Amino acid sequence: MAPSKVVLRFPAAIADKPIIFHLVRDFDLMINILKANINPHKEGTMVLDVAGENVIEGLEFLRRQGVTVQPLTEEIVRNEERCTHCGACTAICPSGALYIERPAMLVCFDSEACVLCQLCVRACPVRAMEVRI
Amino acid sequence: MRGAERQVKKRRISLPDKTFQEINAKIKAGKAVVVTAEELIQLVAEKGVGRAAREVDVVTTGTFAPMCSSGAYFNFGHSAPRIKFHRLWLNGVPAYAGLAAVDAFLGATALPDEDPLNMNHPGEFRYGGGHVIEEFVAGKPIRLKATGYGTDCYPRREIETVITLGDLNEAVLFNPRNAYQNYACAVNTGPRTLYTYMGVLRPHSGNAHFSTSAQLSPLLKDPYFRTIGVGTRIFLGGGTGYVVHHGTQHFPGIPSLPADAPRIPSGGTLAVIGDLKRMSPQWLRGTSMLGYGATLSVGVGVPIPLLNEEICYYASRPDSDLYAPVIDFAEDYPNRRPGKLGMISYAELKSGRITLQGKEVPTAPLSSYSKAREICGILKEWIASGKFLLGEPVTLLPGPDAGIIPKTLEDRGPERRNG
Repeated sequence: MAPSKVVLRFPAAIADKPIIFHLVRDFDLMINILKANINPHKEGTMVLDVAGENVIEGLEFLRRQGVTVQPLTEEIVRNEERCTHCGACTAICPSGALYIERPAMLVCFDSEACVLCQLCVRACPVRAMEVRI
Repeated sequence: MRGAERQVKKRRISLPDKTFQEINAKIKAGKAVVVTAEELIQLVAEKGVGRAAREVDVVTTGTFAPMCSSGAYFNFGHSAPRIKFHRLWLNGVPAYAGLAAVDAFLGATALPDEDPLNMNHPGEFRYGGGHVIEEFVAGKPIRLKATGYGTDCYPRREIETVITLGDLNEAVLFNPRNAYQNYACAVNTGPRTLYTYMGVLRPHSGNAHFSTSAQLSPLLKDPYFRTIGVGTRIFLGGGTGYVVHHGTQHFPGIPSLPADAPRIPSGGTLAVIGDLKRMSPQWLRGTSMLGYGATLSVGVGVPIPLLNEEICYYASRPDSDLYAPVIDFAEDYPNRRPGKLGMISYAELKSGRITLQGKEVPTAPLSSYSKAREICGILKEWIASGKFLLGEPVTLLPGPDAGIIPKTLEDRGPERRNG
Protein backbone atom coordinates (compact mmCIF):
# COMPACT_ATOMS: atom_id res chain seq x y z
CA MET A 1 0.00 0.00 0.00
CA ALA A 2 1.22 3.50 -0.76
CA PRO A 3 2.04 5.71 2.20
CA SER A 4 -0.50 8.41 2.93
CA LYS A 5 2.09 10.99 3.96
CA VAL A 6 4.95 11.75 1.62
CA VAL A 7 7.86 14.20 1.46
CA LEU A 8 8.29 15.83 -1.96
CA ARG A 9 11.34 17.66 -3.23
CA PHE A 10 10.98 19.87 -6.30
CA PRO A 11 14.09 20.76 -8.28
CA ALA A 12 14.43 24.47 -9.06
CA ALA A 13 13.54 23.97 -12.73
CA ILE A 14 10.01 22.83 -12.00
CA ALA A 15 9.31 24.78 -8.80
CA ASP A 16 7.02 27.21 -10.64
CA LYS A 17 5.00 24.61 -12.57
CA PRO A 18 1.48 23.60 -11.51
CA ILE A 19 2.10 19.98 -10.51
CA ILE A 20 0.06 19.22 -7.40
CA PHE A 21 -3.02 20.41 -9.29
CA HIS A 22 -2.71 17.35 -11.58
CA LEU A 23 -2.96 15.01 -8.59
CA VAL A 24 -6.45 16.33 -8.00
CA ARG A 25 -7.66 16.74 -11.58
CA ASP A 26 -6.05 13.76 -13.34
CA PHE A 27 -5.76 11.24 -10.52
CA ASP A 28 -8.80 12.17 -8.47
CA LEU A 29 -6.77 12.34 -5.26
CA MET A 30 -7.64 14.12 -2.06
CA ILE A 31 -4.64 16.09 -0.87
CA ASN A 32 -3.75 17.99 2.26
CA ILE A 33 -0.59 20.09 2.25
CA LEU A 34 1.00 19.77 5.70
CA LYS A 35 4.15 21.78 5.04
CA ALA A 36 5.41 23.61 2.00
CA ASN A 37 8.46 25.61 1.19
CA ILE A 38 8.28 26.67 -2.43
CA ASN A 39 10.07 29.63 -3.96
CA PRO A 40 10.40 30.58 -7.63
CA HIS A 41 13.63 29.27 -9.21
CA LYS A 42 14.70 27.50 -6.01
CA GLU A 43 14.46 23.92 -4.86
CA GLY A 44 11.19 23.40 -2.99
CA THR A 45 9.95 20.90 -0.44
CA MET A 46 6.49 19.79 0.59
CA VAL A 47 4.98 17.34 3.04
CA LEU A 48 1.74 16.04 1.61
CA ASP A 49 -1.07 13.87 2.97
CA VAL A 50 -2.58 12.12 -0.01
CA ALA A 51 -5.58 9.75 -0.25
CA GLY A 52 -7.58 8.11 -3.04
CA GLU A 53 -7.62 5.05 -5.30
CA ASN A 54 -4.83 6.23 -7.61
CA VAL A 55 -2.19 7.18 -5.04
CA ILE A 56 0.50 4.95 -6.57
CA GLU A 57 -0.16 6.27 -10.06
CA GLY A 58 -0.21 9.84 -8.75
CA LEU A 59 3.15 9.48 -7.00
CA GLU A 60 4.59 7.85 -10.12
CA PHE A 61 3.42 10.91 -12.08
CA LEU A 62 5.29 13.15 -9.62
CA ARG A 63 8.47 11.13 -10.06
CA ARG A 64 8.17 11.44 -13.84
CA GLN A 65 8.03 15.22 -13.42
CA GLY A 66 11.35 15.13 -11.59
CA VAL A 67 9.95 15.34 -8.07
CA THR A 68 11.69 13.22 -5.43
CA VAL A 69 9.11 11.29 -3.42
CA GLN A 70 9.88 9.79 0.00
CA PRO A 71 7.52 8.28 2.52
CA LEU A 72 7.08 10.25 5.73
CA THR A 73 7.76 7.56 8.28
CA GLU A 74 10.64 9.13 10.10
CA GLU A 75 11.79 12.09 12.04
CA ILE A 76 15.19 13.77 12.11
CA VAL A 77 16.88 14.19 15.46
CA ARG A 78 20.14 15.82 16.39
CA ASN A 79 22.70 13.97 18.47
CA GLU A 80 23.57 16.90 20.73
CA GLU A 81 26.71 15.19 22.00
CA ARG A 82 28.18 14.77 18.51
CA CYS A 83 27.21 18.14 17.03
CA THR A 84 30.20 20.50 16.96
CA HIS A 85 28.14 23.51 15.84
CA CYS A 86 30.27 23.93 12.75
CA GLY A 87 27.41 25.09 10.55
CA ALA A 88 28.02 22.91 7.47
CA CYS A 89 24.33 21.90 7.44
CA THR A 90 22.86 25.38 7.57
CA ALA A 91 23.21 26.61 3.99
CA ILE A 92 21.99 23.33 2.48
CA CYS A 93 18.91 22.92 4.71
CA PRO A 94 16.09 23.91 2.34
CA SER A 95 13.53 24.82 5.00
CA GLY A 96 15.66 26.83 7.41
CA ALA A 97 15.14 24.25 10.16
CA LEU A 98 18.92 24.24 10.73
CA TYR A 99 20.23 27.74 11.26
CA ILE A 100 22.96 29.65 13.05
CA GLU A 101 22.04 31.74 16.04
CA ARG A 102 24.10 34.92 16.06
CA PRO A 103 26.26 36.23 17.64
CA ALA A 104 26.72 33.00 19.62
CA MET A 105 27.33 31.16 16.32
CA LEU A 106 25.55 28.09 17.66
CA VAL A 107 23.68 25.80 15.28
CA CYS A 108 19.99 25.48 16.17
CA PHE A 109 17.58 22.80 14.96
CA ASP A 110 13.87 23.58 14.74
CA SER A 111 12.30 20.17 14.18
CA GLU A 112 8.91 21.83 13.55
CA ALA A 113 10.33 23.46 10.41
CA CYS A 114 12.09 20.26 9.24
CA VAL A 115 10.66 18.81 6.02
CA LEU A 116 12.57 15.52 6.37
CA CYS A 117 14.51 15.90 3.14
CA GLN A 118 17.46 14.23 4.94
CA LEU A 119 20.09 16.33 3.17
CA CYS A 120 21.65 17.11 6.56
CA VAL A 121 21.93 13.45 7.54
CA ARG A 122 24.61 12.76 4.95
CA ALA A 123 26.07 16.25 4.76
CA CYS A 124 26.80 16.56 8.49
CA PRO A 125 30.58 16.03 8.78
CA VAL A 126 30.36 14.43 12.23
CA ARG A 127 27.13 12.51 11.52
CA ALA A 128 25.19 14.27 14.24
CA MET A 129 21.88 14.28 12.34
CA GLU A 130 20.05 10.97 12.68
CA VAL A 131 16.90 9.43 11.24
CA ARG A 132 14.56 8.05 13.86
CA ILE A 133 11.94 5.64 12.56
CA MET B 1 51.24 50.45 3.89
CA ARG B 2 47.92 51.50 5.30
CA GLY B 3 47.59 54.40 7.73
CA ALA B 4 46.97 52.33 10.84
CA GLU B 5 49.95 50.09 10.20
CA ARG B 6 52.26 53.07 9.61
CA GLN B 7 51.11 54.67 12.86
CA VAL B 8 51.74 51.48 14.80
CA LYS B 9 55.27 51.13 13.41
CA LYS B 10 56.08 54.76 14.33
CA ARG B 11 54.75 54.51 17.86
CA ARG B 12 56.42 51.17 18.46
CA ILE B 13 59.82 52.83 18.72
CA SER B 14 58.98 54.48 22.04
CA LEU B 15 57.93 51.23 23.73
CA PRO B 16 60.43 48.56 24.79
CA ASP B 17 59.35 45.06 23.78
CA LYS B 18 58.23 42.65 26.49
CA THR B 19 60.07 39.33 26.50
CA PHE B 20 58.84 35.73 26.76
CA GLN B 21 60.81 35.40 30.02
CA GLU B 22 59.11 38.43 31.58
CA ILE B 23 55.67 37.19 30.62
CA ASN B 24 56.41 33.66 31.85
CA ALA B 25 57.56 35.08 35.18
CA LYS B 26 54.21 36.86 35.47
CA ILE B 27 52.33 33.67 34.52
CA LYS B 28 54.18 31.72 37.25
CA ALA B 29 53.34 34.44 39.76
CA GLY B 30 49.71 34.29 38.69
CA LYS B 31 49.89 37.94 37.60
CA ALA B 32 49.76 37.67 33.82
CA VAL B 33 46.92 39.49 32.08
CA VAL B 34 45.41 37.06 29.59
CA VAL B 35 42.51 37.80 27.25
CA THR B 36 40.89 35.93 24.37
CA ALA B 37 41.15 37.30 20.83
CA GLU B 38 37.52 38.46 21.05
CA GLU B 39 38.23 40.29 24.29
CA LEU B 40 41.31 41.94 22.80
CA ILE B 41 39.27 43.26 19.86
CA GLN B 42 36.88 44.85 22.35
CA LEU B 43 39.70 46.22 24.48
CA VAL B 44 41.52 47.79 21.54
CA ALA B 45 38.29 49.35 20.32
CA GLU B 46 37.84 50.92 23.77
CA LYS B 47 41.37 51.86 24.78
CA GLY B 48 43.45 51.82 21.60
CA VAL B 49 46.35 49.62 20.55
CA GLY B 50 48.95 51.30 22.77
CA ARG B 51 47.15 50.85 26.08
CA ALA B 52 45.98 47.34 25.21
CA ALA B 53 49.55 46.32 24.33
CA ARG B 54 50.80 47.64 27.67
CA GLU B 55 48.04 46.10 29.75
CA VAL B 56 47.72 42.67 28.16
CA ASP B 57 50.44 40.01 28.24
CA VAL B 58 48.90 37.17 26.25
CA VAL B 59 46.00 36.82 23.82
CA THR B 60 44.56 33.36 23.17
CA THR B 61 43.42 32.20 19.72
CA GLY B 62 41.72 29.02 18.60
CA THR B 63 40.22 27.01 15.79
CA PHE B 64 38.23 23.79 15.48
CA ALA B 65 37.73 22.37 12.00
CA PRO B 66 38.43 19.38 9.77
CA MET B 67 42.20 19.20 9.22
CA CYS B 68 43.10 16.43 6.80
CA SER B 69 46.85 16.48 7.27
CA SER B 70 46.59 14.96 10.72
CA GLY B 71 47.45 11.57 12.13
CA ALA B 72 49.09 9.72 14.96
CA TYR B 73 52.05 7.43 15.40
CA PHE B 74 52.13 4.57 17.83
CA ASN B 75 54.42 2.03 19.41
CA PHE B 76 52.36 -1.04 20.22
CA GLY B 77 54.90 -3.02 22.31
CA HIS B 78 56.14 -6.47 21.27
CA SER B 79 54.16 -9.67 21.07
CA ALA B 80 55.47 -13.11 21.98
CA PRO B 81 56.76 -14.42 19.68
CA ARG B 82 57.73 -11.15 18.05
CA ILE B 83 56.30 -9.82 14.81
CA LYS B 84 57.62 -7.14 12.47
CA PHE B 85 54.54 -5.42 11.03
CA HIS B 86 54.47 -5.51 7.24
CA ARG B 87 50.80 -4.57 6.94
CA LEU B 88 48.67 -3.22 9.79
CA TRP B 89 44.98 -2.42 10.25
CA LEU B 90 43.33 -0.64 13.18
CA ASN B 91 39.57 -1.28 13.20
CA GLY B 92 40.01 -2.24 9.56
CA VAL B 93 41.71 1.04 8.63
CA PRO B 94 45.21 0.56 7.19
CA ALA B 95 48.10 2.26 9.01
CA TYR B 96 51.57 2.82 7.57
CA ALA B 97 53.95 0.26 9.01
CA GLY B 98 57.07 1.16 7.05
CA LEU B 99 58.84 2.09 10.27
CA ALA B 100 60.47 -0.02 13.00
CA ALA B 101 58.92 -3.42 13.85
CA VAL B 102 55.94 -2.29 15.94
CA ASP B 103 55.80 1.42 15.12
CA ALA B 104 53.15 2.73 12.73
CA PHE B 105 51.53 5.96 11.55
CA LEU B 106 47.78 6.23 11.08
CA GLY B 107 46.61 9.04 8.80
CA ALA B 108 43.32 10.83 9.41
CA THR B 109 42.08 10.25 5.85
CA ALA B 110 42.96 6.53 5.64
CA LEU B 111 39.97 4.37 4.66
CA PRO B 112 39.17 0.67 5.17
CA ASP B 113 40.23 -1.51 2.24
CA GLU B 114 36.60 -2.53 1.66
CA ASP B 115 35.18 1.03 1.68
CA PRO B 116 33.03 1.57 -1.43
CA LEU B 117 34.67 5.02 -1.81
CA ASN B 118 32.88 7.02 -4.48
CA MET B 119 31.62 4.02 -6.45
CA ASN B 120 28.09 5.02 -5.51
CA HIS B 121 28.67 8.76 -5.73
CA PRO B 122 28.59 10.61 -3.39
CA GLY B 123 30.28 8.12 -1.06
CA GLU B 124 29.59 8.47 2.64
CA PHE B 125 33.06 7.75 4.07
CA ARG B 126 31.55 6.99 7.45
CA TYR B 127 34.70 5.59 9.05
CA GLY B 128 38.38 6.35 8.57
CA GLY B 129 41.64 7.10 10.33
CA GLY B 130 40.20 10.14 12.09
CA HIS B 131 37.42 8.03 13.57
CA VAL B 132 39.97 5.47 14.85
CA ILE B 133 41.90 8.30 16.53
CA GLU B 134 38.71 9.63 18.14
CA GLU B 135 37.83 6.14 19.45
CA PHE B 136 41.36 5.60 20.76
CA VAL B 137 41.19 8.87 22.67
CA ALA B 138 37.73 7.97 23.99
CA GLY B 139 39.31 4.86 25.54
CA LYS B 140 37.44 2.42 23.32
CA PRO B 141 38.91 -0.98 22.41
CA ILE B 142 40.45 -1.06 18.94
CA ARG B 143 40.93 -4.20 16.83
CA LEU B 144 44.53 -4.62 15.71
CA LYS B 145 45.34 -6.91 12.82
CA ALA B 146 48.82 -7.20 11.38
CA THR B 147 50.77 -9.43 9.06
CA GLY B 148 54.51 -9.99 8.90
CA TYR B 149 56.71 -11.89 6.48
CA GLY B 150 58.69 -13.65 9.21
CA THR B 151 62.36 -13.13 10.00
CA ASP B 152 64.79 -14.95 12.26
CA CYS B 153 64.34 -12.27 14.91
CA TYR B 154 60.63 -11.55 14.22
CA PRO B 155 59.23 -14.98 13.30
CA ARG B 156 55.51 -14.33 13.75
CA ARG B 157 53.47 -13.80 10.57
CA GLU B 158 50.08 -12.77 11.89
CA ILE B 159 48.41 -11.22 14.91
CA GLU B 160 44.82 -10.26 15.70
CA THR B 161 44.17 -8.69 19.07
CA VAL B 162 42.33 -5.90 20.85
CA ILE B 163 44.09 -2.86 22.28
CA THR B 164 43.26 0.39 24.05
CA LEU B 165 45.22 3.62 24.24
CA GLY B 166 46.48 2.72 27.71
CA ASP B 167 48.10 -0.49 26.38
CA LEU B 168 50.44 1.39 24.07
CA ASN B 169 53.93 2.64 24.88
CA GLU B 170 53.51 5.82 22.87
CA ALA B 171 50.57 7.34 21.08
CA VAL B 172 51.46 10.72 19.60
CA LEU B 173 49.30 13.02 17.52
CA PHE B 174 51.52 14.39 14.77
CA ASN B 175 49.86 16.64 12.24
CA PRO B 176 51.96 17.82 9.29
CA ARG B 177 49.52 20.63 8.47
CA ASN B 178 47.03 22.26 10.85
CA ALA B 179 45.52 25.65 11.60
CA TYR B 180 45.52 27.00 8.04
CA GLN B 181 45.96 30.73 8.23
CA ASN B 182 43.36 31.59 5.65
CA TYR B 183 41.04 29.58 3.51
CA ALA B 184 39.04 30.00 0.36
CA CYS B 185 35.33 30.65 0.44
CA ALA B 186 33.98 27.93 -1.86
CA VAL B 187 31.12 28.35 -4.32
CA ASN B 188 29.90 26.31 -7.26
CA THR B 189 28.79 28.26 -10.33
CA GLY B 190 28.18 25.05 -12.30
CA PRO B 191 24.90 23.27 -13.00
CA ARG B 192 25.20 20.25 -10.67
CA THR B 193 25.65 19.73 -6.93
CA LEU B 194 29.29 19.22 -5.96
CA TYR B 195 30.52 17.12 -3.03
CA THR B 196 33.81 18.61 -1.92
CA TYR B 197 36.15 18.96 1.01
CA MET B 198 34.35 22.28 1.46
CA GLY B 199 31.06 20.44 1.97
CA VAL B 200 28.05 20.11 -0.31
CA LEU B 201 28.05 22.98 -2.80
CA ARG B 202 24.74 23.56 -4.49
CA PRO B 203 24.62 24.48 -8.18
CA HIS B 204 24.41 28.02 -9.56
CA SER B 205 26.10 29.48 -6.47
CA GLY B 206 23.35 28.10 -4.25
CA ASN B 207 25.55 28.41 -1.18
CA ALA B 208 29.03 29.52 -0.12
CA HIS B 209 31.14 27.69 2.45
CA PHE B 210 34.09 29.07 4.37
CA SER B 211 36.34 27.48 6.96
CA THR B 212 38.29 29.56 9.43
CA SER B 213 37.51 31.01 12.81
CA ALA B 214 38.70 34.34 11.30
CA GLN B 215 39.13 36.83 14.16
CA LEU B 216 39.95 33.92 16.51
CA SER B 217 42.17 32.07 14.02
CA PRO B 218 45.74 31.62 15.32
CA LEU B 219 47.77 32.46 12.23
CA LEU B 220 45.54 35.32 11.07
CA LYS B 221 46.37 36.96 14.39
CA ASP B 222 50.14 36.77 13.92
CA PRO B 223 50.41 37.18 10.15
CA TYR B 224 54.10 38.16 10.18
CA PHE B 225 55.07 35.24 12.47
CA ARG B 226 56.58 37.58 15.08
CA THR B 227 55.82 35.16 17.95
CA ILE B 228 54.99 31.69 16.57
CA GLY B 229 57.82 29.28 15.87
CA VAL B 230 59.38 25.91 16.59
CA GLY B 231 58.70 25.21 20.25
CA THR B 232 55.55 27.30 20.66
CA ARG B 233 53.43 25.50 23.26
CA ILE B 234 49.79 25.13 22.19
CA PHE B 235 46.39 23.66 23.01
CA LEU B 236 46.11 20.55 20.85
CA GLY B 237 43.14 18.20 20.87
CA GLY B 238 42.28 19.12 24.45
CA GLY B 239 45.83 18.51 25.68
CA THR B 240 49.17 20.24 25.35
CA GLY B 241 51.09 20.23 22.11
CA TYR B 242 53.92 22.00 20.35
CA VAL B 243 54.61 23.64 17.03
CA VAL B 244 57.47 21.58 15.57
CA HIS B 245 57.89 23.16 12.14
CA HIS B 246 55.97 25.18 9.65
CA GLY B 247 53.26 23.00 8.17
CA THR B 248 53.14 21.61 4.65
CA GLN B 249 51.94 24.09 2.02
CA HIS B 250 53.16 26.93 4.23
CA PHE B 251 52.68 29.96 2.01
CA PRO B 252 52.84 32.96 4.33
CA GLY B 253 53.32 35.50 1.55
CA ILE B 254 51.01 38.48 1.46
CA PRO B 255 50.13 39.27 -2.15
CA SER B 256 51.00 42.79 -3.20
CA LEU B 257 47.74 44.51 -3.81
CA PRO B 258 46.61 48.08 -4.48
CA ALA B 259 46.88 50.36 -1.45
CA ASP B 260 43.24 50.18 -0.47
CA ALA B 261 42.81 46.45 -1.11
CA PRO B 262 42.50 44.07 1.84
CA ARG B 263 45.94 42.75 2.77
CA ILE B 264 45.56 39.13 3.65
CA PRO B 265 48.09 36.32 3.90
CA SER B 266 47.61 33.48 1.44
CA GLY B 267 48.08 30.79 4.04
CA GLY B 268 50.73 29.85 6.55
CA THR B 269 50.33 26.51 8.33
CA LEU B 270 51.62 24.67 11.42
CA ALA B 271 53.10 21.23 11.92
CA VAL B 272 52.14 20.21 15.46
CA ILE B 273 52.72 17.36 17.87
CA GLY B 274 51.31 16.25 21.22
CA ASP B 275 50.72 13.30 23.53
CA LEU B 276 47.51 11.63 22.35
CA LYS B 277 47.06 10.00 25.75
CA ARG B 278 46.36 13.40 27.29
CA MET B 279 43.87 14.52 24.66
CA SER B 280 40.08 14.33 24.55
CA PRO B 281 37.54 13.04 22.02
CA GLN B 282 35.71 16.34 22.41
CA TRP B 283 38.57 18.05 20.55
CA LEU B 284 39.51 15.26 18.13
CA ARG B 285 36.46 14.28 16.16
CA GLY B 286 36.26 11.74 13.33
CA THR B 287 34.72 13.53 10.38
CA SER B 288 33.14 12.46 7.06
CA MET B 289 32.89 14.76 4.07
CA LEU B 290 30.18 13.43 1.76
CA GLY B 291 31.63 12.43 -1.60
CA TYR B 292 35.12 13.46 -0.51
CA GLY B 293 36.49 11.34 2.30
CA ALA B 294 37.10 10.82 5.99
CA THR B 295 39.19 13.17 8.09
CA LEU B 296 39.69 14.50 11.62
CA SER B 297 38.37 17.70 13.16
CA VAL B 298 41.08 19.09 15.40
CA GLY B 299 40.99 21.72 18.10
CA VAL B 300 44.07 23.97 18.09
CA GLY B 301 44.72 26.96 20.32
CA VAL B 302 47.79 29.21 20.15
CA PRO B 303 48.78 31.83 22.73
CA ILE B 304 50.21 35.03 21.27
CA PRO B 305 52.33 37.10 23.65
CA LEU B 306 51.79 40.81 23.07
CA LEU B 307 55.46 41.70 22.99
CA ASN B 308 54.83 45.07 21.37
CA GLU B 309 52.19 47.29 19.78
CA GLU B 310 52.60 45.92 16.30
CA ILE B 311 51.83 42.37 17.48
CA CYS B 312 48.88 43.75 19.43
CA TYR B 313 47.59 45.59 16.37
CA TYR B 314 47.53 42.46 14.20
CA ALA B 315 46.11 40.30 16.98
CA SER B 316 43.24 42.75 17.40
CA ARG B 317 42.02 42.83 13.82
CA PRO B 318 38.31 41.96 13.70
CA ASP B 319 36.36 39.90 11.16
CA SER B 320 35.62 43.05 9.16
CA ASP B 321 39.38 43.49 8.42
CA LEU B 322 39.99 39.86 7.44
CA TYR B 323 39.13 38.59 3.98
CA ALA B 324 38.70 35.28 2.19
CA PRO B 325 39.15 34.80 -1.55
CA VAL B 326 36.03 33.39 -3.22
CA ILE B 327 36.94 30.37 -5.33
CA ASP B 328 34.76 28.59 -7.88
CA PHE B 329 34.80 24.82 -7.37
CA ALA B 330 32.91 24.13 -10.62
CA GLU B 331 35.89 24.45 -12.98
CA ASP B 332 38.60 26.70 -11.55
CA TYR B 333 39.58 24.78 -8.43
CA PRO B 334 39.61 21.20 -9.78
CA ASN B 335 41.64 22.25 -12.79
CA ARG B 336 44.04 24.42 -10.75
CA ARG B 337 43.06 27.44 -12.76
CA PRO B 338 43.99 30.74 -11.19
CA GLY B 339 41.37 33.35 -10.56
CA LYS B 340 38.89 34.20 -7.92
CA LEU B 341 35.41 35.64 -7.87
CA GLY B 342 36.41 38.34 -5.40
CA MET B 343 37.31 38.93 -1.78
CA ILE B 344 34.74 38.80 1.01
CA SER B 345 35.24 39.86 4.61
CA TYR B 346 34.62 37.34 7.36
CA ALA B 347 32.13 39.78 8.89
CA GLU B 348 30.01 39.40 5.74
CA LEU B 349 30.57 35.65 5.53
CA LYS B 350 29.53 35.18 9.16
CA SER B 351 26.36 37.23 8.65
CA GLY B 352 24.86 34.27 6.73
CA ARG B 353 24.41 36.03 3.39
CA ILE B 354 26.71 37.55 0.81
CA THR B 355 26.09 39.13 -2.55
CA LEU B 356 28.04 37.44 -5.28
CA GLN B 357 27.87 38.62 -8.90
CA GLY B 358 24.61 40.38 -8.09
CA LYS B 359 23.06 37.31 -6.48
CA GLU B 360 22.28 36.80 -2.82
CA VAL B 361 24.00 33.62 -1.63
CA PRO B 362 23.55 31.94 1.78
CA THR B 363 26.83 31.25 3.58
CA ALA B 364 27.84 28.66 6.13
CA PRO B 365 31.04 27.82 7.99
CA LEU B 366 32.69 24.39 8.20
CA SER B 367 34.80 25.60 11.10
CA SER B 368 33.03 25.77 14.45
CA TYR B 369 33.25 29.33 15.74
CA SER B 370 31.66 28.41 19.06
CA LYS B 371 34.20 25.62 19.66
CA ALA B 372 37.04 27.99 18.66
CA ARG B 373 35.74 30.47 21.24
CA GLU B 374 35.66 27.68 23.84
CA ILE B 375 39.31 26.81 23.07
CA CYS B 376 40.31 30.48 23.52
CA GLY B 377 38.59 30.41 26.91
CA ILE B 378 40.21 27.14 28.04
CA LEU B 379 43.69 28.28 27.00
CA LYS B 380 43.13 31.61 28.77
CA GLU B 381 42.22 29.76 31.95
CA TRP B 382 45.26 27.46 31.69
CA ILE B 383 47.62 30.42 31.33
CA ALA B 384 45.93 32.66 33.90
CA SER B 385 46.03 29.87 36.48
CA GLY B 386 49.76 29.43 35.98
CA LYS B 387 49.70 25.86 34.69
CA PHE B 388 50.58 26.66 31.07
CA LEU B 389 53.78 28.60 30.32
CA LEU B 390 54.63 30.09 26.95
CA GLY B 391 57.11 28.13 24.87
CA GLU B 392 59.69 30.54 23.49
CA PRO B 393 60.41 29.56 19.89
CA VAL B 394 63.87 28.22 19.10
CA THR B 395 63.34 29.80 15.72
CA LEU B 396 60.36 31.69 14.29
CA LEU B 397 58.46 30.27 11.34
CA PRO B 398 59.14 31.77 7.91
CA GLY B 399 56.93 34.80 7.39
CA PRO B 400 55.85 36.87 4.40
CA ASP B 401 59.41 38.14 3.88
CA ALA B 402 60.83 34.63 3.40
CA GLY B 403 59.79 34.72 -0.26
CA ILE B 404 58.28 31.24 -0.31
CA ILE B 405 56.70 30.53 -3.68
CA PRO B 406 54.21 27.66 -4.07
CA LYS B 407 55.46 24.80 -6.24
CA THR B 408 53.21 22.65 -8.37
CA LEU B 409 53.27 19.09 -9.63
CA GLU B 410 53.70 19.02 -13.39
CA ASP B 411 53.28 16.23 -15.89
CA ARG B 412 56.76 15.60 -17.17
CA GLY B 413 58.07 13.23 -19.78
CA PRO B 414 60.72 10.52 -19.38
CA GLU B 415 63.38 12.72 -20.99
CA ARG B 416 63.73 14.57 -17.68
CA ARG B 417 64.24 11.29 -15.81
CA ASN B 418 67.02 10.29 -18.18
CA GLY B 419 68.59 13.73 -18.31
